[in-house]
Amino acid sequence: MLNATAQGLAIELVGVGKRFGSRTVLGGVDLRIARGARLGVIGPATGGKSVLLKIIAGLYRPEAGLVRVAGRIGMLFQNCALFDFLSVADNVAFPLVQEGGVPAAEIEPRVAARLRAVGLAGSERKLPSELSGGMKKRVGLARATVATPDVVLYDEPTAGLDPVTTAKIYGLLRADHDARGSTAVVVSSDVDAVAAFADTIAFVDGGGVRWIGPAAGLRDADDARVRDFARGTP
Amino acid sequence: MSPSTPAAAPAGAIRGSIAAIGTATLGAARDAGGIVVLAAEVLRSLFPHFDSVEDRGSSTDPAQSPVRSVRSRSLRLRWPSIDGRELVRNLYKMGWRSLPIVTMTALFVGGLMVIQFASFVQQYGARGLVGWGTGYAVLREVGPLMIGLMFSGRVGANNAAELGTMTVTEQIDGLQALAIDPIRYLIVPRVLAMMITLAVMTMVGDAVAILGVMLSSQLILDIHPLTVWYSLVQNIGVGDFLHGMGKSLVFGAAIALSSCYFGLTVKGGAIGVGKAVNAAVVSAAVSICFLDFLMTYLTA
Repeated sequence: MLNATAQGLAIELVGVGKRFGSRTVLGGVDLRIARGARLGVIGPATGGKSVLLKIIAGLYRPEAGLVRVAGRIGMLFQNCALFDFLSVADNVAFPLVQEGGVPAAEIEPRVAARLRAVGLAGSERKLPSELSGGMKKRVGLARATVATPDVVLYDEPTAGLDPVTTAKIYGLLRADHDARGSTAVVVSSDVDAVAAFADTIAFVDGGGVRWIGPAAGLRDADDARVRDFARGTP
Repeated sequence: MSPSTPAAAPAGAIRGSIAAIGTATLGAARDAGGIVVLAAEVLRSLFPHFDSVEDRGSSTDPAQSPVRSVRSRSLRLRWPSIDGRELVRNLYKMGWRSLPIVTMTALFVGGLMVIQFASFVQQYGARGLVGWGTGYAVLREVGPLMIGLMFSGRVGANNAAELGTMTVTEQIDGLQALAIDPIRYLIVPRVLAMMITLAVMTMVGDAVAILGVMLSSQLILDIHPLTVWYSLVQNIGVGDFLHGMGKSLVFGAAIALSSCYFGLTVKGGAIGVGKAVNAAVVSAAVSICFLDFLMTYLTA
């Protein structure tokens, strides 16, 4: 097997397994994601979608298998995970400040540019507690992408948001990935929204990737369970 | 004997009690071990050390490395670095804001000691011993112990709640996703801030408690404050003061480590945070009393 870089892969998972106590959450997952691809991960609750994402992010260590990520990772968490004690601007600047190597004079303009891009210019001094759910997601998005990561992971980026805000968030995701050509992995329960954003969909259930295919073909998948899930058929 | 017979009920209750004691003992041992490991990680962060780092951007050939190995890792030399902003933020939050409650408590503690002393002083006419007796107790024992317990209730509980909330809202995961070590960024500044703050608070508290002793002696026993002062400075040495300071540093570390440990290991949302705060305060109080006994015994 050639390495991920040579194959033009951004992410490669080979036989990845994860258990919590006696419960097997993932069992031997194989997944290859090309550079610049947009993968949507859907599936029933407790199917292992978020665990898969956290394994790619390096937050969970699998008991078995190989995980390979080419390049730097940015991540938007389901609860945004903004640092309560930092202002909006400091939250967005955080990866640049902590990472080092970015000149101090460069940080403020980059933060301002990211906040403008997500429509939050003027909110620099606000604390996360002063923001609405949609604004928090946008700050989280700005923080996840400010250091120009090669791979961006999104865990339920629109959970709990109204349809209008959901459309805005996916619009921002699309604009960001169109501009930078980075790789995106989106775990979402909003099948229609994620299918409209992603070019490929993976259906994760029962500890593995049960189906993977083009987003356009999701509703006509050859697997009845995937088809029913995509159509919302009980 | 069948389990359904009446005699089986007490046997079952005894087995249940033994199992509960065993579970609690194992839990306490696990927590104690976790706190020791956290202490080791904090100490390691304060000195140059080698760290195993994931090379996220690299790609190794699985044909040459075992498939079970996850990501490629390498050893890197890490120099100690403390986030200055986080340290200052914690010093302000833990120290400056604790000052009013520490001074008020210490003033009353000084007064209370004179009230307790009063009957002996009046019975034996030992007016010249008030400064020595109360000063000795305040500097070596009452000051560090009282302020340590109060600090644990105020700052330790707050710290456990803050870290617990950060854990359940994925803020700790957020740090790790940015490849930032939570121990270095969050825990080390808090441990240092609590040790420094508690030592300074103990110094302030000792001074205020002695002031309380002098005021109360005048009001209750009609002993001039200078008499108390001379009795204190003639009989108390620097060693007594340093003994108390040493205790306050150790208590500060114990409060910090237990509150950080329980904050970082929270599970189960708001209920879990509540349990963590409770466990942190209880654990810190027990640790303070045990360490106080140990240090007093060893230096007696």
